[in-house]
Amino acid sequence: MPEVNMSVSLAGVPLKNPVVVASGTFGFGREYGKFYDLGELGGICAKGLTLRPRMGNPAPRIAETPMGMLNSVGLENPGVDAFIAEELPFLRQFDTKIIANISGNTPEEYGIMCEKLSAAGVDLIEVNISCPNVKAGGLAYGTRPELAAEVTEVAKRHAGRVPVMVKLSPNVTDITEIARAAEGAGADALSLINTIRGMRIDVDTRRPVLKMNTGGLSGPAVLPVAVRMVWEVRRAVRLPILGMGGVSRGEDAAQLMLAGASAAAVGTAMFADPFAPLRVRDGLAEIAARQGLSAVSELTGAVLPFS
Amino acid sequence: MKVEQSCKILEKRRLTQDAVLMTLAVGDMVSSAAGNTGRPIRPGQFLHIKCGEGLLLRRPISICDWTQSGDGDTVTIVFEARGEGTAWLARRPEGHTVDVLGLLGSGFQMGGGPYLLVGGGIGVPPMLGCAKACGGASTAILGFRSKDRAILLDEFGRHCAGVRIATDDGSLGHHGFVDELVRQELEKGRRYQGVLACGPKPMLKSVAKAAAEFGVPCQVSMEERMACGVGACLGCAVAMKDKTVKHVCKDGPVFDAQEVDWDA
Repeated sequence: MPEVNMSVSLAGVPLKNPVVVASGTFGFGREYGKFYDLGELGGICAKGLTLRPRMGNPAPRIAETPMGMLNSVGLENPGVDAFIAEELPFLRQFDTKIIANISGNTPEEYGIMCEKLSAAGVDLIEVNISCPNVKAGGLAYGTRPELAAEVTEVAKRHAGRVPVMVKLSPNVTDITEIARAAEGAGADALSLINTIRGMRIDVDTRRPVLKMNTGGLSGPAVLPVAVRMVWEVRRAVRLPILGMGGVSRGEDAAQLMLAGASAAAVGTAMFADPFAPLRVRDGLAEIAARQGLSAVSELTGAVLPFS
Repeated sequence: MKVEQSCKILEKRRLTQDAVLMTLAVGDMVSSAAGNTGRPIRPGQFLHIKCGEGLLLRRPISICDWTQSGDGDTVTIVFEARGEGTAWLARRPEGHTVDVLGLLGSGFQMGGGPYLLVGGGIGVPPMLGCAKACGGASTAILGFRSKDRAILLDEFGRHCAGVRIATDDGSLGHHGFVDELVRQELEKGRRYQGVLACGPKPMLKSVAKAAAEFGVPCQVSMEERMACGVGACLGCAVAMKDKTVKHVCKDGPVFDAQEVDWDA
């Protein structure tokens, strides 16, 4: 089969291939770095950061569901300063793009973190306005267009030359409203979807499995929701999209790209198979080659919807 | 580099209605443990096993025993067919293969012993590895719900200086909980290098309390709902007394009992 050009661009950041690992599923790379060279990846979205360290929520934080899982980790992280001092230098050893993911309690916190990360030299900042597992900020910014716009605008103002990608929540009536608000406020890219709020109950104890009662659903079960939302957002805005949600095979990533994503992230699939991102990349290359494409980027937005 | 490997089931035996013993051919997992982790295989470490096609997450199962040989190493696990995933694993016939990530986790830190080994229910099997690791001088205290759920008694008998049993319903041995036997044993004044325990959290808490009363160091192997098994997803959190959070899969599953916040 002919060689397919796997490189893509996301908000002006060149990725060697369109497969990124999703924030919160890859730590800061140290664990999966024991399985393969992290330079094989298109990019790494690091674990979500907050201005100060956070312990996260009490356990159980994990519940398996049909073709998916719920989590209520709650942004456990060492804080942005520790990331810059201890984790970023490790990640920088690898030939891949580093995407920092941030969550704030106030727009000011987003601004401070963007300033620090921009100065530290990350490739892209993913602004999380959609974490379903924290009380303050988080999801609230992702469900109201005016707040999403405010956070985006503050992040942009403090991120310097580093592009800002806003991560959207699926827990809204109309995701395109939030997408438009972020675009209007100057976002350079969008990533979607974050997890979908869900719940599982143990019928014998009548207790929710998660200590927080509810959590965020991820895994293959959410793929069709992600594909639909990427498709809707693509038609509503001009921004490049990092698609994610339930990707475990090349075909899944191809669906997100056809729906409009420039690149796709793999997350939950890694928990079963640490090599999932590499298999997704190879599967994607195979599909592109089979279809006679010279570049995988030709898939982006190439869906042929029924009129 | 860590690997994910396909392991052949060499032996499968039902120990009770729910408990299954399985010996896996694991390539050079045991011999290479020192190379991968900087130290040899330790009891308390676990395998993360893919169970069935329809289920997303692997199942963490502690190692019970192992052998090392030029023809290929083996690891023996004992698990309870409790849910859909472990029931699937229990149905795999000998000769079939399963997808295994491992060795994972920290394991018990052991010197020459003797130790007081405490296991409860499906927490009993990993203690057999501890018994073997310190050359037969240790004492085992094993708790089960009832006589028909007791497992590995002969094996512990062969590898321990003494074995005491407790059952919740009194159908075998002491009628009551293992921490009562732990206190009785520690009162005898024999010098134990430590108490090593694996079992449900309430049991671990009471064993840790008993050990602390006698001033004996105590290590506990903990369980928590887990996704990745390698420390990336941060699912399996355990609250520590110093207000930090550790993770069962990466920092554990074995912790110093004094460091754990038992009231969290």
